[in-house]
Amino acid sequence: MPPVVEMADVSVEFPGVKALDAVSFRLFPGEVHALLGENGAGKSTLIKALTGVYGTVTGTITVFGQERQFQTPAQAQAAGISTVYQEISLCPNLTVEENILLGREPRKRGHIDWPEVRRRARKQLVQLHLDQLDPGSVLATHSVAIQQLVAIARSMEIESRVLILDEPTSSLDADEVRHLFRVIRDLRERGQAILFVSHFLDQVYEISDRMTVLRNGKLVGEFLTGELPRMSLITKMIGKELVELEELDHSPARKVAAAGGPEPLLRTEGLGRDGSVSQVDLTIHAGQVVGLAGLLGSGRTETARLLFGADAADQGTIRLRGEVLRLRSPRAAIEHGIGYCSEDRKEEGLIADLSVRDNLLMAMQASRGWARRIPLREQERLTADLIEALDVRPANPDVPIRNLSGGNQQKVLVARWLVMSPSLVILDEPTRGIDIAAKAQIQKLVNRLAEGGMSIVFISSELEEVLRLSDRIAVFRDRRMIAEMGNEGTSQDDIMSVIAGVAS
Amino acid sequence: MTATLRRFMGHRLAWPLIAVIVLIAADEVARPAFLSIRMQDGHLYGNVVDILRNGAPIALIGLGMTLVIASRGIDLSVGAVVAIAGAISCSYIVSTHHQGTLSAALVGVAIAIAAGLVLGAWNGFLVSTLGIQPIIATLVLMVAGRGVAQLITSGQIITIHNSYYHAIGDGYVLTLPIPVLITMAAFVLAGILTRRTALGTLIEAIGINPVASRLTGIRAGTIVWIVYVVSGLCATVAGLMITSNVSAADANNAGLFIELDAILAVVLGGTSLRGGRYSLVGTIVGAFVLSTLTTTVYNFGIPANENLVFEAPVVIAVVLLQSERRRELLDLWRRRRIRSQVSEVPA
Repeated sequence: MPPVVEMADVSVEFPGVKALDAVSFRLFPGEVHALLGENGAGKSTLIKALTGVYGTVTGTITVFGQERQFQTPAQAQAAGISTVYQEISLCPNLTVEENILLGREPRKRGHIDWPEVRRRARKQLVQLHLDQLDPGSVLATHSVAIQQLVAIARSMEIESRVLILDEPTSSLDADEVRHLFRVIRDLRERGQAILFVSHFLDQVYEISDRMTVLRNGKLVGEFLTGELPRMSLITKMIGKELVELEELDHSPARKVAAAGGPEPLLRTEGLGRDGSVSQVDLTIHAGQVVGLAGLLGSGRTETARLLFGADAADQGTIRLRGEVLRLRSPRAAIEHGIGYCSEDRKEEGLIADLSVRDNLLMAMQASRGWARRIPLREQERLTADLIEALDVRPANPDVPIRNLSGGNQQKVLVARWLVMSPSLVILDEPTRGIDIAAKAQIQKLVNRLAEGGMSIVFISSELEEVLRLSDRIAVFRDRRMIAEMGNEGTSQDDIMSVIAGVAS
Repeated sequence: MTATLRRFMGHRLAWPLIAVIVLIAADEVARPAFLSIRMQDGHLYGNVVDILRNGAPIALIGLGMTLVIASRGIDLSVGAVVAIAGAISCSYIVSTHHQGTLSAALVGVAIAIAAGLVLGAWNGFLVSTLGIQPIIATLVLMVAGRGVAQLITSGQIITIHNSYYHAIGDGYVLTLPIPVLITMAAFVLAGILTRRTALGTLIEAIGINPVASRLTGIRAGTIVWIVYVVSGLCATVAGLMITSNVSAADANNAGLFIELDAILAVVLGGTSLRGGRYSLVGTIVGAFVLSTLTTTVYNFGIPANENLVFEAPVVIAVVLLQSERRRELLDLWRRRRIRSQVSEVPA
């Protein structure tokens, strides 16, 4: 069977960067093809080159046997290529059925034929095992997982034959992933060609038939999933031996800070906010990593925002070194030596058009006030030090931060707080959507910082990561903190059963 | 050579600058010696000098507007502030015993500037403290301000006789018109104020991502106050120039629609209305596109009441030519042409 999509020697160049360098790629009908590589390897660039986001690229792209060069995503969609992005690109304020048929509503005598809209929407939803979903409900009232499935329903409705899923599982829980995979398998049976991008190797091995690996904008190779063991895949992705990762895996657990030591750095009692989270009793000692575990929406991020003053608490107290803190704004928290990296890098972290340097020094500059600019030489020294310490690439402080890959952006955002030498840093999902090497670097950094006496609140959906890094783990469920446990002798299953509410 | 040319054409100020050059060239063709500048009584005279002088108030208001727009705001009240500033200074000067004295002019200017700072702070208060959308917040003063100016002048056009005050708009120092010098000085000061401190970067940060800025600890409130106060100050000084030039304060017409010219100057200068990165130099260029255009219209003998019709196409052309979308389309067209040429070469 000929491939439905074939890209040959495709290159994309930005000023100063070759984002994609003579890459070839094939996608066959009835297969799930995983696109793999570290952040900045060129995965997104390849998708954007294929779907017309970049308009002009060099090389040839053949779609359904015809050489095509899409100038806009709309053209690609009209040709049968649909993309479901990491950030959902539907209209959250419209209903599910309106989203599925947006722009293609069936008409009767000049008016939209609503019964027909509903019938067609429901047909698509049923095929995606969403029989229970009300097509008339507003999209924003549903979880990200449902929204993603609605986006897939839409692409089915427009009869796409190629479906691109860019990091579809990054914010889904295990059940939702299972549902999505069931849908993907159905679609594969029906002859859809599916391009799947994910950082979760377990999922890649579970669902994909074939993989293409990219590194630094170049093609490493195309492999059948069954023939490429996981370790060799990782080696191909990062292009070096696995020493670094192994090292992390076998690194002896950091010496746990004496929990019974002097007074804790921070202690909360009954902390909460109406409609957000309640009954948070956290104790954090200097040099300790406290992990917050729980499902998405269980109150982890809400707690982080209270600790940072991003939202004002209306219940309970926060004590810092024994003194009661009233945090009315992030600024107040910053003045007390607290830093916070939001889980939403793009909306709540990056100042995208400004340079890496400006972004890295923004918190420090903000605390000095506008009139006392950080002297240029000082700026250069601090930026150079942190870029080196955190291995930010490219190591150029003057490029706009939006040109960096997700992992490198994350490093800069962490560095933004490190220059302030805070006593507590809250990292909310710092490793989500970033590649293995950057993830390992961030995990190591957390260890190193804690050894240096900094306290860290570490939030992650990956229990394995929480367990590996944290001295103590606070578990959240239904917007409440329900348990606190030590690291020693705790397994992922133990935490899981607490999250699930099963007595263990 | 071509590389330099391409670099220039890629610059966002290329088209505004070309517009100025083309307009002046057309003027020179229509009326030879248009460009000539002569020295008379120790002052420079000539059309180019007029263009600079007429563009000065727009450039000055555009300066404040640039900073406001960079912070994701807009200041619609500048025209009304122009009227109030002129009304205050002229009313004061007329009310003095000997209205021709230097002290009358100085005190009049000082009161007007104080009032301008208060008006700017009022806008800042509405936007940053009360959190009203900038377009609505400044609309309040835009509408009410003309009424305030009417109250101050009791509905009259106030004519004054004070040579010191008149010099603000029509005087010369070191052969150059005073408004041009004031505006130049303002831009240099603003450049130092925003780029030698962190003010410029923080304004841009707020304009680019207000949520992230708050979470980084930027005091957005203070910075937003500052930009509206600067805008109020710039509009006040421009108001002094405008009323001084005609030695009269007309509450109805002084600075009428100048907010639109100022916004246009900012946009022509390449600062996005969505906020974020800004260019003060761009605003100067934008203001002089507008004043060159006005002068050209007069030079061609087009009646004053028709000149807006003539100006509009030129503005549209420049804005379209410098737009990102146009660049993309042109780029695309060029590549297609290259590709078709390549494919025509026999194998």
